[in-house]
Amino acid sequence: MMELNTQRMEDFKGIYKYLVIFIGLAFFLIFIRLWSLQVLKGSDLRRLSENNCIRLRENPADRGMLLDRNGRILAHNRPSYEVYLVPEDLKVNPGVVMEVARLLNIPPEEIEERLRTQKRRAPFKPVKIKSDINWNELVLLESNRVHLPGLIVDVRPRRAYDYGELASHLIGYLGEIDENELKQAREATYRMGALIGKYGVEYRWENDLRGVDGGRQIEVDALGREIRPLGTVEPFPGNNLILTIDLDLQQTAEEAFQDKNGALIAMDPKTGHILAMVSKPSFPPDIFARNILQEEWKSLIENPHHPLQNKGIQGQYPAGSVFKIVTAIAGLESGLITPNTQFNCTGAFHYGNRDFRCWKQGGHGAISLHRAIVESCDVYFYQVGLKVGVDLIAQYANEFGLGKVIGISLPHEKPGTVPSSSWKKKRFGIPWYSGETLSFSVGQGYLNATPLQLLMLISGVANGGKQYLPQVVERVENIYGEKLKEYPPVELRRANVSEKTFQMIQEALRGAVNDPHGTGWTCSLKEVKVAGKTGTAQVIRLPENFKKGDMNRVPLKFRDHAWFAAYAPFEDPKISIAVLVEHGGFGASAAAPIAKKVIAKYLNAEPSSPVRAKETESDLDHAD
Amino acid sequence: MQIDRRLFIHFDWTLLGVALAIASIGIFNLYSATATMEMSGTPLYLKQLFWLLLGLTVMVTIAFIEYRFYSDFAYLIYFVALFLLIIVLGYGIITSGAQRWLKIGPFSFQPSEFVKISLILALAKFFHLPSERKDYSLKHLPLPFLLLFLPMALILKQPDLGTAIILLLVFFSILIFVKIRWSSLLTIGLTGAAAVPLLWGFLKEYQKRRILTFFNPELDPLGAGYHLIQSKIAIGSGGIMGKGFMKGTQCKLGFLPEQQTDFIFSALGEEWGLIGSLFVIGLYFVLIFWGLRIAVQAKDRFGAILAFGVVAMLFWHIFINIGMVLGIMPVVGIPLPLLSYGGSFMISTLIGIGLLLSVSMRRYLF
Repeated sequence: MMELNTQRMEDFKGIYKYLVIFIGLAFFLIFIRLWSLQVLKGSDLRRLSENNCIRLRENPADRGMLLDRNGRILAHNRPSYEVYLVPEDLKVNPGVVMEVARLLNIPPEEIEERLRTQKRRAPFKPVKIKSDINWNELVLLESNRVHLPGLIVDVRPRRAYDYGELASHLIGYLGEIDENELKQAREATYRMGALIGKYGVEYRWENDLRGVDGGRQIEVDALGREIRPLGTVEPFPGNNLILTIDLDLQQTAEEAFQDKNGALIAMDPKTGHILAMVSKPSFPPDIFARNILQEEWKSLIENPHHPLQNKGIQGQYPAGSVFKIVTAIAGLESGLITPNTQFNCTGAFHYGNRDFRCWKQGGHGAISLHRAIVESCDVYFYQVGLKVGVDLIAQYANEFGLGKVIGISLPHEKPGTVPSSSWKKKRFGIPWYSGETLSFSVGQGYLNATPLQLLMLISGVANGGKQYLPQVVERVENIYGEKLKEYPPVELRRANVSEKTFQMIQEALRGAVNDPHGTGWTCSLKEVKVAGKTGTAQVIRLPENFKKGDMNRVPLKFRDHAWFAAYAPFEDPKISIAVLVEHGGFGASAAAPIAKKVIAKYLNAEPSSPVRAKETESDLDHAD
Repeated sequence: MQIDRRLFIHFDWTLLGVALAIASIGIFNLYSATATMEMSGTPLYLKQLFWLLLGLTVMVTIAFIEYRFYSDFAYLIYFVALFLLIIVLGYGIITSGAQRWLKIGPFSFQPSEFVKISLILALAKFFHLPSERKDYSLKHLPLPFLLLFLPMALILKQPDLGTAIILLLVFFSILIFVKIRWSSLLTIGLTGAAAVPLLWGFLKEYQKRRILTFFNPELDPLGAGYHLIQSKIAIGSGGIMGKGFMKGTQCKLGFLPEQQTDFIFSALGEEWGLIGSLFVIGLYFVLIFWGLRIAVQAKDRFGAILAFGVVAMLFWHIFINIGMVLGIMPVVGIPLPLLSYGGSFMISTLIGIGLLLSVSMRRYLF
């Protein structure tokens, strides 16, 4: 052991003296540097520390613009003059606050309040007093600037949306960064008080839109006036987004809603590009970027029609008769019905101890599948539903993307609900009753879908089963117009349904709009063949003796939602559309005319109203 | 366990005394540096005192355990630390963009701190049997390099550049200590240098910018450059005598970033001047040389390499941190042992000193 010990000493003896020299040198280097800073430059640096004269001034980057598919500007930045005060500089000149208050015509207490409430502010960081001052105020301040030490007027980019509330849910809004977002962000990419995308495209493409903030490190004199810049970083603007929406079409769609509430999404079924996206009521998107007023915020939050919600992807409603498409496909594909299968409709179907009624009081008589879709016969589909069963219908609903999130790049998309026997067992712990299949087969009961999901359904039918991921951004470009990213069409899935079945359904949907007695006739166009399906989503169960025509007397919040889903032209679909009018009553009268205006606009067709036999017209107005 | 009476006789009071002196100064300095910080809950200096006391307990326990025990479990400890690093990437808490913390009950800790110690243990274990030719060449090194790269990759992923650099420096320090052939070292150096331009091409623009800023803070006058200038003003304005306890302004007004951790030495320099700074640097000097002496006087190779690894870890922390706040080293997040605030770091430092004590007091025992 002793021997080992001596050997070990030998092992590291050689290196020891080099290590001593190395470490000694390192400490000597530190000593020299300390001497230089504290002794040689000590008095200079002490002066700098006493005057606190090195400051940072921010210079935020321009946010990227949002453009429509034809390059028209939807969101950009305009210069805004902002007034700041540096609290540390005011201690020497307390009169400045009074003077600034007088010039800007705001009470001095309000300025004092703002200066006081700035917690955790870096020293000498300017505090914003007023945003977006007008030209007169600017001239007043600038001409008095010499007498106002501690005052800074700076020009900042401010988000501007030239078309007001147009497509506000798609565009989204900005807001001040919160603690949580600040924590998640990589160091130094955001400062406190920075504006960050909170909703819509502004949120999802935040990293592309943001750009790189700049700023200056400056030396100032005792009065806070700039002497010289020490270092400057130029801001670099964010990238521009070219959206898939068409400004004209969007405007047409927004106007078509008039004062109704609801949602509309139009898409190119062959690419998944969203052409228009409306949700009503809407909100002014710039509201959160400026200092939002208390009352404005309250009225948005407390509005019973939820203006902040994008109903197209966040609203979940019973699909109503639009869902008959799925029931029919399930029947045909399983072979349990054929196009020639006939049922008799007497206006109601007795099952269990209940009457399940058809929307048409007198009934449709003996009816086969094509006419049952065209005239939206409920009794027919009750019986199809009973033959096929809940789980097979659910399987085909899932096949088209119902019951789960589609995956559009917008926040808070909802999945909707497709019930099945196992779903009900899990959810409520009780088995499925066959009576519930009846409601399900006509799109009522537990079934819930977003307008986007029904748009996907109709697009899938139009495309022979192929569904594309709905996309709202076409490409990202930098400020020089160079393409940075592109979003090509993404095929999501191909519904496992035969071509023959699709042909049958497509024909029926064309009939629903163009045949005599078709429920969607209010959407028919002269030059273009439209194919579509109306729907009515029950909000409450109405009494048995309730007449459909009495709907106008029901309080608004209990009235049914109106659906319309369509595509056009029939031969070569270029646009698919889903419209939901909240509490609009019937699909034919409330939703289809809106879809018609949008389709006509997009295909440059003349929106003419076809002539109908008088007696059927009133009846069809209430069709479901 | 029976403790040999001789252990008490040979207990290294000097090492303990120096460490305690620095740590006590650290508490007072932290008290002053954070006096104006608006924080809810327990003040930082009290938390630090708690970590110090806990750390001292751990340190003494480690010192009295026969260090052959650590040799037996070196690889196991290494893998546990590695495992914790993987957990951090999956479940860690994100603060200012980096995922470094694991939360256990009310405490959160940084596994990367303990990885430093575990790497030293594993390398000491690997090199504790002398090679037949008394020096090492490339063919001996694949395993040690693997031991380095696994935790380094995980730590860079967090990302925590500072700790990764410490691992790298400690690794090469140990290689030199155990005698690697100069030709091998040269090969490694040249390979590394050749790989740099190749890797550079793979980096994204913002990553390149960050690395350039790291070597030249002036490139970022709004971030690192601004902090550096404020740090230099703080230390320089202290002059020879300093502004006095609780009288520093740079730090109190919040001009210094991370005034309680990475830039703690600026606060010390501002308030205590050249006199105070030199005193603390002198204590560090004694700590390092005492540690180095323990390493060369250890009774076996394992103890020597272990002690040297700890000394290297302490030295690089001290040199880079003080160099950084003085503006002669890149701005990188490396804290100052026993002075910077931080529970995990305090405890890992004291574990290191505990290992030094353990080696030191057994140098005459056979």
